[in-house]
Amino acid sequence: MSAAIKVENVGKRYVLRKEGSRSYSTLSDSLSSVFRSKGTKEEFWALQSLNFEIQQGERVGIIGRNGAGKSTLLKVLSRIVKPTTGRVELRGRIASLLEVGTGFHPELSGRENIFLNGSILGMTKAEIKSKFDEIVAFSEVEKFLDTPVKRYSSGMYVRLAFAVAAHLEPEILIVDEVLAVGDAEFQRKCLGKMKDVAGTGRTVILVSHNMAAVQHLCERAIYLQNGKLVESGPAEQVIGTYMRAAQGPAAANLAVREDRNGNGKVRFTSLALRDANGNEVSALTCGQEGRIELQLSNPGKSTVNGLMISVGIDDNLGNRIALLSSEVTGQITNVSGAEVSVNVIIPRLPMKQGTYGLTLFASSNGEVADWIQDAVMMNVDAGDFYNTGKMPPDGQGYICVDHRFDIK
Amino acid sequence: MEQPLVIVDAERSDRGYWRDVWRYRGLFTFLAWRDLLVRYKQTFIGVAWAVIRPLLTIVVFSFFRYMFDTTIPLEDVIILVSVATIPWQLFATALGESSGSLVANSSLLTKVYFPRIIVPLSTIIVCLVDFLLSLLILAGVMIYFGEVPSSNIIFIPAFILLALLAAIGTGLFLAALNVKYRDFRYVVPFIIQLGLFISPIAISSTQVYESDYPDFVKNLYSLNPMVAVIDGFRWSLLDTPFIVNQTGLMLSLGMTFLMLIVGVWYFRRVESTFADII
Repeated sequence: MSAAIKVENVGKRYVLRKEGSRSYSTLSDSLSSVFRSKGTKEEFWALQSLNFEIQQGERVGIIGRNGAGKSTLLKVLSRIVKPTTGRVELRGRIASLLEVGTGFHPELSGRENIFLNGSILGMTKAEIKSKFDEIVAFSEVEKFLDTPVKRYSSGMYVRLAFAVAAHLEPEILIVDEVLAVGDAEFQRKCLGKMKDVAGTGRTVILVSHNMAAVQHLCERAIYLQNGKLVESGPAEQVIGTYMRAAQGPAAANLAVREDRNGNGKVRFTSLALRDANGNEVSALTCGQEGRIELQLSNPGKSTVNGLMISVGIDDNLGNRIALLSSEVTGQITNVSGAEVSVNVIIPRLPMKQGTYGLTLFASSNGEVADWIQDAVMMNVDAGDFYNTGKMPPDGQGYICVDHRFDIK
Repeated sequence: MEQPLVIVDAERSDRGYWRDVWRYRGLFTFLAWRDLLVRYKQTFIGVAWAVIRPLLTIVVFSFFRYMFDTTIPLEDVIILVSVATIPWQLFATALGESSGSLVANSSLLTKVYFPRIIVPLSTIIVCLVDFLLSLLILAGVMIYFGEVPSSNIIFIPAFILLALLAAIGTGLFLAALNVKYRDFRYVVPFIIQLGLFISPIAISSTQVYESDYPDFVKNLYSLNPMVAVIDGFRWSLLDTPFIVNQTGLMLSLGMTFLMLIVGVWYFRRVESTFADII
């Protein structure tokens, strides 16, 4: 077996402009910058000296935190962006699926978009024609084939888009996180289809936050951190390393996180999980009281008006399952002082056993002050929510709902 | 089955680029097909737009020409202006569409690989279809005034091609610049507007070349690629002299090919950075 993909010393550098977040400029910007003192540019290596090989027919998952360089790596492998250093060798036809429905045109009908999207993803007209019926059947939108896709529901849109992508037959398939769309039923169908594709000896590269999907689909995994390769090896082993690193010490130090947005009026500095007695724990327990303790810094030391804090809880597919927010509890306040301490108290934790991602958000008077996606992974241990010693089986939902039956 | 080997090297530019362009010809067809579908989906507006723009230009320019110069009859003026307006519209729409095409398709550029040159090239097809529609106006005008085209008409395709080459060269250059400097989207309409006035639409090149303007003004006038195209159209259809001024013709043709080379060269040079900065 020969290597389908060979990556040698690949690095990708971006130059960040300090003012504004635009990557392009205007000519007037460039002309006026001649007269200004220079030195507002900052270099940033999204990828650094990567070396690895992927064999033909191998299924490889790429994992890592947001901002670790996963998407950049996919873009380099799919030839969308050019590396700054090193070289990549690719053997075979490549199809990359970085979003669902690339090139879909809202004015065109479902039928027309199948052809358009197929050709954008690299299929020939003959291939699309021969697979057309299969694609339509898979997408379940037969009735609306001649309706412009702008009238589709978002579910239909995604199904049609994925159906086209699922029928690609390249030698190398590169997929980014697209499984995090659609309803659960359709996701299962997509996972099955991906497994079929992988089973036919094709090389599959998958980027995902969904460790279950990576473990299920991939035999090997590559773990990236800050653009560098941390570990490459059997999926289970690498996922283990990643999970341990992601959970880190139970009290996560957030002050050093770079992957955040907002104006910085207040910033999250640490997070700790505590039980009902205030003891620090590494995991909360289902059915018991759990506390999420957040520390924020107020660098300006001035009064922060209208402070709103929220904690988003995502399942391992990246779906938001709950939002804890001081807005819905009616607790928007003004704070002052250099340190702000916030305790989020959940009297009876409804989440079942598993790993959940926490996204932290703070705003002041409606302006985003700090926002860290997937700030920490929170573990939840099994517990006796219903005081019966019984729990719904795995796969039957993520949340325990307090309820009783009244049977006459 | 033999599998193609692709090497992406930071140090070197892509080898086999033009082979890739050929391999992706299917995408070219589909992008052109998409633009056509979208344009003519609302049939009335699609067709009307292709006809109204040249029609209004013909009316306005004929009116002004006739107002300031009554030495030739109105019907001759209308024919003279029509024969120039139709290729001018082809050039103007092709230039406008192609130079804005990369930014308009930015979501494609950041999500899939294909030789980027396909995007601006595919926009030309819609312009060609618009052009064929507008040829009906020209035919209508010539039939109405009983003007029989000369036998040179067989050379018309060559001048259509020349107009397209002029538009592609400049269009590629501006499309690439537009990605980096977004304010070029204001520059392009200005170039097109200016071009309308410096091209021989309401006048003929003979008037310029036989005037007593200094030579450098005449040469400056000839640097416009559309001079050769419009003179060529008039020669093909009306049998007016084509080569009035040899230097002028050479300058005009030279400019077309220079822009083509510069356009392709610059586009290729910055193409690999499009996805980073768009």
